Amino acid sequence: MMLGLESWSLARPELFLAAVTALLLIYGVVRGEVATPFVSVVTSLALLVTAVLLFVPYREGTAFASLFIVDRLTTTMKALVLVGSAIAILMSRAYFERVKAWRFEYPLLVALATLGMMLMISANDLMALYVGLELQSLALYVVAAFQRDSIRSTEAGVKYFVLGSVASGMLLFGASLIYGFCGGTAFVQISRALLEGKGAELGTVIGLVFVVAGLAFKVSAVPFHMWTPDVYEGAPTPVTALFAVAPKIAAMSLMVSVLMGPFKPLFVQWQQIIVVASVLSMALGAFAALRQQNIKRLMAYSSIGNVGYVLLGLASGSEKGIQSVVFYLAIYMVMTLGVFAIILMMKRRDVMVENISDLAGLARSEPMIAFALLIFMFSLAGIPPLAGFWGKLYIFIAAVEAKLYVPAVLGVLASVVASYYYLRIVKVMYFDDPAEALDRPMFSVNRAVAFVAAILVAVFSLAPQPLSLVAAAAAKGLFP
Amino acid sequence: MSSWPILSLVTFLPLVGALFCLVVNGPKEAVDRNCKSAALVTSVVTFLISLLLWARFDVTKAGFQFEEKLDWVPALNIGYHMGIDGISLFFVLLSTLLTPICILSSWDAVHVRVKEYMIAFLVLETFMVGMFCALDLALFYVFFEGVLIPMFLIIGIWGGHRRVYAAFKFFLYTLLGSVLMLLAIIAIYWQLGTTDIPTAMERLNLPFTWQCWLFLAFFASFAVKVPMWPVHTWLPDAHVEAPTAGSVILAGVLLKMGGYGFLRLSIPLLPEATQYFAPMIFGLSVVAVIYTSLVALVQEDMKKLIAYSSVAHMGLVTIGAFILNIQSVQGSMFQMLSHGIVSAALFLCVGVVYDRMHTREIAAYGGLVHRMPRYAFVFMFFTLASVGLPGLSGFVGEFLVLLGAFKVNTWVAFLAATGLILGAAYALWLYRKIIFGELTKDSLKAILDMNRREIVVFLPLVLLTLWMGIYPGSFLDPMAPTIDKLVGDYQAAIKLARTASLAP
Repeated sequence: MMLGLESWSLARPELFLAAVTALLLIYGVVRGEVATPFVSVVTSLALLVTAVLLFVPYREGTAFASLFIVDRLTTTMKALVLVGSAIAILMSRAYFERVKAWRFEYPLLVALATLGMMLMISANDLMALYVGLELQSLALYVVAAFQRDSIRSTEAGVKYFVLGSVASGMLLFGASLIYGFCGGTAFVQISRALLEGKGAELGTVIGLVFVVAGLAFKVSAVPFHMWTPDVYEGAPTPVTALFAVAPKIAAMSLMVSVLMGPFKPLFVQWQQIIVVASVLSMALGAFAALRQQNIKRLMAYSSIGNVGYVLLGLASGSEKGIQSVVFYLAIYMVMTLGVFAIILMMKRRDVMVENISDLAGLARSEPMIAFALLIFMFSLAGIPPLAGFWGKLYIFIAAVEAKLYVPAVLGVLASVVASYYYLRIVKVMYFDDPAEALDRPMFSVNRAVAFVAAILVAVFSLAPQPLSLVAAAAAKGLFP
Repeated sequence: MSSWPILSLVTFLPLVGALFCLVVNGPKEAVDRNCKSAALVTSVVTFLISLLLWARFDVTKAGFQFEEKLDWVPALNIGYHMGIDGISLFFVLLSTLLTPICILSSWDAVHVRVKEYMIAFLVLETFMVGMFCALDLALFYVFFEGVLIPMFLIIGIWGGHRRVYAAFKFFLYTLLGSVLMLLAIIAIYWQLGTTDIPTAMERLNLPFTWQCWLFLAFFASFAVKVPMWPVHTWLPDAHVEAPTAGSVILAGVLLKMGGYGFLRLSIPLLPEATQYFAPMIFGLSVVAVIYTSLVALVQEDMKKLIAYSSVAHMGLVTIGAFILNIQSVQGSMFQMLSHGIVSAALFLCVGVVYDRMHTREIAAYGGLVHRMPRYAFVFMFFTLASVGLPGLSGFVGEFLVLLGAFKVNTWVAFLAATGLILGAAYALWLYRKIIFGELTKDSLKAILDMNRREIVVFLPLVLLTLWMGIYPGSFLDPMAPTIDKLVGDYQAAIKLARTASLAP
């Protein structure tokens, strides 16, 4: 058994994060509520330090009897998730303080969820995958209901929990079928069984369908998206920001490593499923968002649409396709964090507002913030020269090369429809007469996050090369 | 040749001005004044630098000049490749000329959010110039579609009553076309492994069915931009609602992006499909020429009338481009340049009275000649140029297109020529309604003639129109080698395809 030092050192970042979380938990329990600011800052820092530990020193390999795998892809994805979570924690303080729910458990739950995400990204075995997924999900269910004296928040938490459990159940059921037909849960065993033709029976395919359905739920791909708008709208806004970023990236990474790893031999089978889910997600994300009035709900549909594009990259099943997935997710994360940083600044007379019409005339009262949001909206719509365009370009290059012509055409058409509602936000901010002005936000973390993200998105065209190299290196891991 | 990257300088200099405007701070009046001056100075300097291109342009060469090549995204083999040839040279100049004129023309007309207005125009200039210089498909697309962002804001913020509707229609129409072109670009990239346009011109050799699909994808984009009938309906709305300067840029430069796209990409890259689809384009263009001229006859809004006349004139451009002999392509190019100046000037003319009366209803005017003799002269001058009076710029382009068309297809030439008669009808009718007659309306009795600033705006356009009409050689000579090569390559490709299909 490989339970020696080697294993522990590969899992160093995870161990570090777990240890810090546990210590902070004790500290928080002992000190009580006063500990919250300290705990939240230290948790964010710990997440960032964990991200550094991923690379210094960089190692690859499998650990814990091959339950756990570290390569370029997992490391890149973990880095994205960690940065996303850290920023989400930093952005949430002002909100929770206002609703009097600023407790030290919040950052710690997010840290635990992130730990779960890291485990699932690194999973190399169906059991490890499930354990990581559940650690993530359970922490997130609690976080969704964190504003516990708000009915909407509790409702969101319960909804997420019930539907999430069904999805976990499906995944587990699929995993058991796969175990039965392939004779193992380790990815290498499954892969070997499929390559030898033993496992490629109907049972495995059915099991695979269930697993994909469970994962599709986690990334909120159509037809397993129903929970997304409600949970996004109901959950406290900082939590929505987190949901839109970290778990999406983690689950997407998991989907990539499961489908492109052990189930690569069943490519023909799963490609159809992913293509259908992708096209439906793009279409639903575009059409359902047209009439939304609530900006969080709008972002929920927008995220469904974005998942559709990522799935199109995955469906191409090529090295370029996986590159495009990594590339797109990184850009998506920056844009989404920026948008939510601005949503978190929307308050009027000290009450948070979240209707699109509340943004009316923002271009006059807060020109810089309006400009930042304008950049994000055009970027989400995929208009060059902003970063979002490059993400879409990469995805469509991969799709065309994989001869997925029809989905690619449907995808660009959906992006035109989607651009309508992104433009609507620009219209409300710039063309409409000012409503009662929003409160002037003080200089805060959110402002900084919004501006940094906006600048990154705006000048991305100057140097798309570094990110594409990162994406290429990450994808290389799956194509030795 | 100097080692200065002139093209990049011309392209990105306006951005410097935009950045300056972005950081200017202080009391509103000072900010407005500084932004206006900064925008004007930047755009004038840009124009002067772009004149260097013309001065140093080697008129004997058909290939690309002033080339700049840098790695941009080596991972995808996308390069930053700029360069101009005889086709793009004058479009660059047109863009850099019209921008300062726009800025000067809106000096007193725009009062709200002046800073943003100037930024939008400078950014727009960067995208326009970049698009005409780009020699890489991805770079081309970035600039081509980037234009939408500032134009959307210009129509939506500073436009008329139905500006929101017009801005959305403009944006979504053009975006729908462009995304299909994006797929076509990706398909070419996939075939070649690069997005370099000169490489594609040499090496791209697609089977016929593929060419047809790609042609249609490019067509979706360029036809909307030109705009061709029946996808022209965004144009009247956008023109009517846009502020004067927005209309000027729309008519002067944005419409040319479609024609330029046909000449730069569709025809050289997809010759067989070009030949196959040319009759369809003739059909659509002839309908455009006749139908939109008739529609123009019944308009009650000045800007709408000129907008429809633009569609008709651009119909001649597409006919000329796809007839594909040397005269017709030269005519098509010349018509685009002439239209870029004349229709821009006509919109500026409308802007002059709109600034005074705040209405564009034709019925609200009449008898202006009594109060505004200078204005009456300028308006007459550009009306006649638009109608195609010999000696002014409009004539040369129309004549060359019809000459070229007559050699190939007399019916197309005949039908297109009827459009010219109708064109004279609506343009002169408009002129009579507005300028002549008795000055009976009370509101007009105190109207003032053009002031010095407005004269400065029109003067370069008047001179240029005369120059183009009297000595078109200055403009046709630099284009000639490039157009010869374009037509020659096209005919060679068609011949090759025909022999290949005849071979057993």
